[in-house]
Amino acid sequence: MTRALWILAVLLSHWRRHPMQLATLVIGLISATALWSGVQALNQQARNSYDRAAATFGGARTAMLVGRDSATFPQQLFIELRRAGWPVSPVLEGRIQIGGRSFRLLAIEPVTLPAEVGNAPRIGKANLQSFMTPPGEMLVAPETLSDLGLSEGATPSTNGGPPLPPLRVQPQLVPGVLVVDIGIAQKLLKMPDQLSRLLVGKAKGKRAALETITGDKLRLIEPGAESDLERLTDSFHLNLTAFGLLSFFVGLFIVNSAIGLAFEQRLPMLRTLRACGVSARLLNTVLVIELVSLALVAGLIGLVCGYLIAAALLPDVAASLRGLYGAQIPGQLTLKPEWWFAGVAISVLGALAAAAASLTKAVRMPVLATAQPYAWQQAQHRWLMFQSALALIVFAVAGCFLWFGDSLIAGFAVLAAMLLGAALILPALLEIVLSLGQRHARRPLGVWFWADSRQQLSGLSLALMALLLALAVNVGVGTMVESFSRTFLVWLDGRLAADVYVNAANEAQTAEIRAWLRGRPEVDAVLPGGRADTQFGGAPIEVLGLADHATYRENWPLLQSADNAWIKLRPGDACLVSEQLARRSKLAIGDRIEVPTSGGNWPLQIVGIYADYGNPKGQIAVNFAALTRYFPEIPLTRLGLRVASPKIPALIAALQEKFALDDRNVADQATMKADSTRIFNRTFSVTAALNAFTLGVAGIALLTSLLTLGNSRLPQLAPLWAIGITRQRLAAIELLKTMSVALITALLALPLGLLVAWCLLAVVNVKAFGWRLPFQIFPLQLLALLGVAMAAALCAALLPVVRLARMQPASLIRIFANER
Amino acid sequence: MSGSGTISRRCFAGGALLLGLGGKTFAQGFAGLGETAGGFAPVVPGKAFVFPADHGPHPGFRVEWWYVTANLVDSKGAAYGVQWTLFRQAIAAGAALEGWANQQIWMGHAAVTSAQLHRTSETFARGGIGQAGVEASPYRAWIDSWEMRGLPAMNAANIAPLALNASGADFSYALRLDADRPLVLQGDGGYSRKSEREQASYYYSQPYFTVTGSLTIDDRQAEVTGRAWLDREWSSQPLAPDQSGWDWLSLHLNSGEKLMLYRMRQTDGNHYGSGKWFARDGTALQIASADLTMTPQAFTEIEGRKIPTTWRIAIPKLALTIECAPLNARSWMGTSFPYWEGPIFFSGSHAGLGYLEMTGY
Amino acid sequence: MTNGNPIVLDVTGLTKSYRAAGEEIAVLRGVNLAVAAGESVALTGESGSGKSTLLHLVAGLDAADGGEIRLADVVVSGLGDAGRAELRRDRLGLVFQQFNLIPSLTVEDNLVFQSRIAGRHDPAWHAELVERLGLGNFLKRYPEQLSGGQQQRVAIGRAVAIKPLLLLADEPTGNLDEATADEVLALARDLVARTGCGFLMVTHSTRLAATLDRQVNLHAGIIT
Repeated sequence: MTRALWILAVLLSHWRRHPMQLATLVIGLISATALWSGVQALNQQARNSYDRAAATFGGARTAMLVGRDSATFPQQLFIELRRAGWPVSPVLEGRIQIGGRSFRLLAIEPVTLPAEVGNAPRIGKANLQSFMTPPGEMLVAPETLSDLGLSEGATPSTNGGPPLPPLRVQPQLVPGVLVVDIGIAQKLLKMPDQLSRLLVGKAKGKRAALETITGDKLRLIEPGAESDLERLTDSFHLNLTAFGLLSFFVGLFIVNSAIGLAFEQRLPMLRTLRACGVSARLLNTVLVIELVSLALVAGLIGLVCGYLIAAALLPDVAASLRGLYGAQIPGQLTLKPEWWFAGVAISVLGALAAAAASLTKAVRMPVLATAQPYAWQQAQHRWLMFQSALALIVFAVAGCFLWFGDSLIAGFAVLAAMLLGAALILPALLEIVLSLGQRHARRPLGVWFWADSRQQLSGLSLALMALLLALAVNVGVGTMVESFSRTFLVWLDGRLAADVYVNAANEAQTAEIRAWLRGRPEVDAVLPGGRADTQFGGAPIEVLGLADHATYRENWPLLQSADNAWIKLRPGDACLVSEQLARRSKLAIGDRIEVPTSGGNWPLQIVGIYADYGNPKGQIAVNFAALTRYFPEIPLTRLGLRVASPKIPALIAALQEKFALDDRNVADQATMKADSTRIFNRTFSVTAALNAFTLGVAGIALLTSLLTLGNSRLPQLAPLWAIGITRQRLAAIELLKTMSVALITALLALPLGLLVAWCLLAVVNVKAFGWRLPFQIFPLQLLALLGVAMAAALCAALLPVVRLARMQPASLIRIFANER
Repeated sequence: MSGSGTISRRCFAGGALLLGLGGKTFAQGFAGLGETAGGFAPVVPGKAFVFPADHGPHPGFRVEWWYVTANLVDSKGAAYGVQWTLFRQAIAAGAALEGWANQQIWMGHAAVTSAQLHRTSETFARGGIGQAGVEASPYRAWIDSWEMRGLPAMNAANIAPLALNASGADFSYALRLDADRPLVLQGDGGYSRKSEREQASYYYSQPYFTVTGSLTIDDRQAEVTGRAWLDREWSSQPLAPDQSGWDWLSLHLNSGEKLMLYRMRQTDGNHYGSGKWFARDGTALQIASADLTMTPQAFTEIEGRKIPTTWRIAIPKLALTIECAPLNARSWMGTSFPYWEGPIFFSGSHAGLGYLEMTGY
Repeated sequence: MTNGNPIVLDVTGLTKSYRAAGEEIAVLRGVNLAVAAGESVALTGESGSGKSTLLHLVAGLDAADGGEIRLADVVVSGLGDAGRAELRRDRLGLVFQQFNLIPSLTVEDNLVFQSRIAGRHDPAWHAELVERLGLGNFLKRYPEQLSGGQQQRVAIGRAVAIKPLLLLADEPTGNLDEATADEVLALARDLVARTGCGFLMVTHSTRLAATLDRQVNLHAGIIT
């Protein structure tokens, strides 16, 4: 034991003399661990809240029975199903207002609630008697309780209604939902003997066919057929995970180069230790112990950084998930112990993986140095051939995924394979470019310049690969975000065609407003709007009613359309479908679909496809008058107004005053646009932040590689100095060399980045969100990124170069006096 | 379930079983009630039983059950046991409320047993909405699709003929129960004491059922015949705090007599035994604690519990000494509140078959 | 032909060949050599005669093809890697031409580290060594801050810190000027005498070889 400690002390003494190297190693490990675990923390946080949501819905993963035509159905159907052996449990849903805020009221029946419905059975059963018997209890999430500013046991009343049951905190619940017993909810919602749906538990024995019990009144929804929050948000988390992984690997590049260098430098030390009688096994064991201890320390620091990153990004992530999918993520980061363990484990495993090559060398190291000269050129050639062959295989894999894959995972696999292949082939490409340069150089110093750059390649290539990856991903993501925001803005202009949007409190008020508007000359047109919810292809969809008006015909953006599409909409037997729905259900122009309505199925022919960015649900658009015929029950409280722009503020003020409408219920186009744009900008702000982090990590990788190379390059530079090239000149050449390989790498990264962007737009986005954006190239953005990359390379190259320029001649002399 | 499960005989299985459903908090909620019958009707001697009214529920009492056990054989002579139980428990006293506000919770247990296997099923329901309940006339006790129903021309005094069915994920049965003799009152005219103190219940039985019907296990159907025993019991008073569980037997003697026995186990070892002997001529004999010796002979370990599955029973007053052995020693009811219940055979001074139930182990 | 003291190193019939550029080159072709306790032996021979190879085999840094190396009662050639490491650690002192100090350790730590690893650290002997080597003022310095002669003194000090059975040196003065070389070698002989260990030194200098008790010459793979 003391022996091992002594050896460890000897090994560690190296770091004391080379603190920069240690810093590099630790920074690499920290970067790898921090971003990875930061992203994991975000994902975990989101998943926790999905679990809570699932617990409350009690439905996402459970089969359900719902009314075929109506939102609710009589309770007697529940009894009949139970009597026929169906293990069903009733659920009633509604909304109630507390203190002017609207909450979802979810009513369950704890006695029959199936045990397999997530953790839902725990809810309500803990105190069955007080939950079920009047006045009952109202379970709320801790967040909701504090939002309401109430304490446990309080009995708030609904707006103008009776007092609600006393509140009780249930930590597993999702915010914004109130859970009560079904009997109590039926009274609160004034829906006696009515149910919204039935959860179907595990079968206990044979059950009769559904139709024989309830006729066609109920419809079975198998688990997963409904839009599931986790499935919807998968793409988002996959996106985060991909970034986490990328920076993890870039971090490991740093670790790899730091450990590789330290190993080379400690080679004589290791030999001496062996010569002095330390057995190979003990030495290797201590090397691993040293690495693992370093990884543990760095991993812990990385975890703390990861926590900070996650905490910093959480608001944006939460906003994105809410904006995109309506998922509620609490703003307070809570982490499980598993997260800490996983983070430290990934740090240790990453360090071991990054050190594998060095450790293998240490294990195989003979005590006596072989006298054979290192045939670097031959070795480098073999290595380049091998890597290039590997790259071609990886490209082939990417091609296969592109051709045969049809899922989001396949999309990311294409991306990953493409990036990996490009990284692998990079050294070979650089080698080709450099040897071309060497062939065309005439002056001796020029020849040396190219030749030496080639020799440096193996040492720099990992850092350059990291730079290539980071840059390509940056270009790709930047192009995607820019494409998205441009397309989105143009689209929004068309979609928000009216100038003022009004949402009246009820239909009576709508009529009053319309009457009042008739007397306002500045209003050119009043466009009534309405929206109904129904099901199509097993998933919920929206049906949007558009007034037959030139505003839509002229502005509403259509991706594809039949001739005279707008005219064909008029009779009410044709519709437009959103791009998402068309892709999901494989619909094309000319197809006929049937949409269930309260008055029976509605046959419609598709005459156009339109973009509907950001909507997780499928949507179809129909003539407004037809919509009101088929869905007579929908409230007609939405109005769009065409108004000359200078008159808008005055009109809004008048509307607000006259009809007591607040900002949420009257808005002008500009405000609506600003709101929508804000939501979408947040969606990509996380991506942009991670992007910046990754580029930063790649910069560190380059810096550390150059720093470590700097020392080992002295023997190569010393002879040049000796034959009369000044240190300053040498430093300038070194800088030029670094910058030129970085430039070549960056130039190669641009087309790769555009390929990444194409892949994101044409493959990943389509799978993840259901829409395909037009691919655009933004030259200025590319130039800016190129500039950033070169600046990063310059920063990284500057420090070792300055050190070289300022180096004491004595250090260079020592190269000759003290050659290894 | 010692301590918190201290309610009287099977029933009190009812209470305890629901405690199992509710977990600790729920159990503690009942602990107060456990001391007294708080607000519920008391069990007092001298009740006059009226049928069919008393076949129906007694919601003023805290717990109640309808309990059928049957010893059956198929055409090849293989033995089976069948259990059908409906428990009722009031979670609050007071006048019955309508709809979901109803204070009753119902629980059904069903089981089939053979020498090789023991299958069980459990279900719950709230009262007031029609998912479960009991009606005296026409007689019908049900929960979900399980049912015990009076057939046309049911004789209320015999509580026969009845149709009985239940099903689980991997078994089902449909039986017809006939009886040509009237039901019998347990204890003292239906007043059954559970300890030296006040704990008691109203208790009657129909031990004279003959059974025909079919039994399906894993899609294999068998036609079966045999005997069945119905117990009806209701009470508001739980077990005494020092009673940890019970061992109960219903025995069909080959010679035609019927014998019901139980032993309430007390933590001090002074178990309270009781029973009743029904002779062929219709006369009955009460068996006091001092007249009865029940001695465990062999144990079976199930889920970490040591269960006495073989018994020696001696009642000197009747010149009865028998050894009871189970059809299947692992007749374990792994329900929310677990207990042992299964068919047995006995021999010795008398021979026959019956059912054994043991709780609180 | 030893001094009558017990034999610490006994090499008999040692052979070793290397494969280089597809050709088998026999470096040692049956070497016999004995060194007694307290005896100092110079091993000379021209470049490529196999001097260093012989030394490495004796040190257990490499494995022989045939023959036997016996170090006191231990047959070196019969040991595995771990056994040979243990032998080096506990019973051998090694000094090389490149001083082979650990650059990140101070002089003091370099001096003690083999005896520490061997678990044979002796503070009194350590103090005496520092005194005899004249390193008292340099203990907190790093090797690169010392002159060549000083560095080699540290290397010799490290090697004899464990009071070895046998001190092996491979051209220990090859990087030193003549005066320093004499001084360092004198110190080494002094320490050999003080500890009574055997001393086998490879050198190409006949002048230095002459200062040792006995000289053996290796030519074409055999002792002549």
